[in-house]
Amino acid sequence: MLMRTLVPTAGSCECWGLALYPGAVTRIALFVTCLADTLFPDVGKATVRLLERLGHEVVFPPEQTCCGQMHVNTGYQRDALPLIRRYVGTFEPHDVIVAPSGSCVGSISHQHAMVARRLGDDELARRAEAVASRTYELSQLLTDVLGVEDVGAHYPHRVAYHPTCHSLRLLRVGDRPLRLLRNVSGIDLVPLPDAETCCGFGGTFAVKNADTSTAMLADKMRNVLATGAEVCTAGDSSCLMHIGGGLSRLRAGVKTVHLAEILAST
Amino acid sequence: MSTFLGLPTAPPGVGHLRQTEPFPDAARRALGDSQLRRNLGKATSHIRAKRAAVVAELPDWEELRSAGQAIKARTMARLDVYLDQLESAVTARGGDVHWARDATEANAIVTQLVRDAGASEVVKVKSLATDEIGLNDALADAGIAAYETDLAELIVQLGHDRPSHILVPAIHRNRAEIRDIFLREMSDVSPDLTDEPAALAEAARRHLRRKFLSATVGVSGANFAIAETGTLCVVESEGNGRMCLTLPQTLITVMGIEKVIPTWTDLSVFLQLLPRSSTGERMNPYTSMWTGVTPGDGPQAVHLVLLDNGRTAALADPAGRAALHCIRCSACLNVCPVYERTGGHAYGSVYPGPIGAVLSPQLTGVEDNASLPYASSLCGACYDACPVKIDIPSLLVHLRARHVEERRHTHRLPSAEAVTMAAASWVMADAGRFAAAQAGGKAGRLISRRGAISSLPPPLAAWTRARDAPVPPAQTFRQWWARRNGNGP
Repeated sequence: MLMRTLVPTAGSCECWGLALYPGAVTRIALFVTCLADTLFPDVGKATVRLLERLGHEVVFPPEQTCCGQMHVNTGYQRDALPLIRRYVGTFEPHDVIVAPSGSCVGSISHQHAMVARRLGDDELARRAEAVASRTYELSQLLTDVLGVEDVGAHYPHRVAYHPTCHSLRLLRVGDRPLRLLRNVSGIDLVPLPDAETCCGFGGTFAVKNADTSTAMLADKMRNVLATGAEVCTAGDSSCLMHIGGGLSRLRAGVKTVHLAEILAST
Repeated sequence: MSTFLGLPTAPPGVGHLRQTEPFPDAARRALGDSQLRRNLGKATSHIRAKRAAVVAELPDWEELRSAGQAIKARTMARLDVYLDQLESAVTARGGDVHWARDATEANAIVTQLVRDAGASEVVKVKSLATDEIGLNDALADAGIAAYETDLAELIVQLGHDRPSHILVPAIHRNRAEIRDIFLREMSDVSPDLTDEPAALAEAARRHLRRKFLSATVGVSGANFAIAETGTLCVVESEGNGRMCLTLPQTLITVMGIEKVIPTWTDLSVFLQLLPRSSTGERMNPYTSMWTGVTPGDGPQAVHLVLLDNGRTAALADPAGRAALHCIRCSACLNVCPVYERTGGHAYGSVYPGPIGAVLSPQLTGVEDNASLPYASSLCGACYDACPVKIDIPSLLVHLRARHVEERRHTHRLPSAEAVTMAAASWVMADAGRFAAAQAGGKAGRLISRRGAISSLPPPLAAWTRARDAPVPPAQTFRQWWARRNGNGP
């Protein structure tokens, strides 16, 4: 029989987690994100495997599509509104929602209600705020809601972690991803110089300002290569697509792997 | 939704607020300048480290930021009241207050005041407002020579150059370049001049001293104006500003209307925030304050020119007006990964960097600086560094929306981008359509080589110029999920 744990609000601490509810199973709705769904399905699969291994139930509401961040950040708020409405409607029935992306969760929590309000839909804004308060980035869910830092992973590789801008400065995940990575057995986690500097992705910025974006990417790649890491990881497929796309073009011999995939490895 | 009230923006053809070419094009040229990249990287990382150290000393830094934000928000909400109060207080102490609707009016007022004083040259304190309105050009047209006395502004002026940073206008120059400029442009410099900072400062000092002693008119900006007493305040590092503020008989201050603060108590907050954020110092070396005319001491004719030049238009946008809270510390420039690589000239305005990208388009109207709100990856480092907590990333997003919406009203045909965005919205507003589009995207598998795509058609060609693109997988996540749960194809 499934039992729901009490769900704390974002930012609360481990004391609400599994430690207090041994054997409790949380039913978690996965927002896989349009990018991972379409281009990086392994990230979604890893998230499912990881959460199921920890004893939880994962559901995937098939009505989901995209959070609308690309539209909002490019100035097309009216076109984002149907996507926001869809996200809110799809996930409203769920108590705990997770996405393997700091950027998408950042958009859900910082932009959905703002856009709805700006376009005059206060009721949608109110609902969006409620759903956003139950939507977690993966490392937040693991540490804050499920109360786990050692997920029992094994990953015998030299890894550099890039903290993505939106997980860092919108969601304030802090060192949660690093705490999870430090508990992975076999991992050789190396510090990344200037880790907190943007990789230059920025959504459509990477295309509209391709030269500046590339200059930022060059510095990020230089720092990744300086660590001698064989893997660069992060909590966002989009930033990894950017860093990985640059490394691949240079035949640099370093690959990008999402945090979920490392935590799912055994 | 904000309503466009149609208030006048800064006029074109005068001053330095507008791009002459789109940011991506100007940036491309700057990015290719290896000396510039080196100079900027070195200077910004140095200031970043200094700022971080002195900010970390204060246990109440976040409370100070919140106080700064609150004071500015309160002031903007009653700006008309505080400006009236300021005018009354300055006038009561023997000063003259002039109101300038825009750059053209401000330039005319200052030019007339200099003429009335019978002067043909002025010494200037570093001032963004006078650079914004192009005052030096206007004075030159009237036969009046303006001498910049801030060391970095002097370097820019002698180099026939443009400032590229709010606080360090010559940040794009290194010592060797400055030495070359001095040797070429200063008639009174020794040919043995080295590029040691002390030697360069000494050369500038000798050059400027003569101007200080001969000029009868000084022109300044202001960091703050205190409404309750009519006191103006300039903070600086060199002392050259204080010479301009105290030696001439006539002092003309040009100040944006948003610089007024209600009380001296408010000033105490900003004097803690500003030096730490700008130069990374606990306190700046020189803080000059003056209140009207003091008989027998300092300038005996004191003028204050209050400049609008698009500020009221910015104030009319409830979301955008936070850009007017800026105290010009430049912390956002120093932490910005875009600014650090492109430098300030690429922004085309006297206000570069993240704050420039949200301020310039509001002063001129978004259409005249249309590429600036997009000149950011929205990484958020600027917001964290801002001493008055201006949420620059949200302002950038807001101005992008304003740009798109204004374009929708002024253009009959939608742009290719607008069509793409509308199509993407239509597709992703429905899960079935989205799944169908994903299936279509798998055509990308046909053009992949060695597990990557190295060339895509426009507009994605800009991506693959320097980055491979991922190959669409054989199975999307939702297909995998459906099959796993026994209801897939």
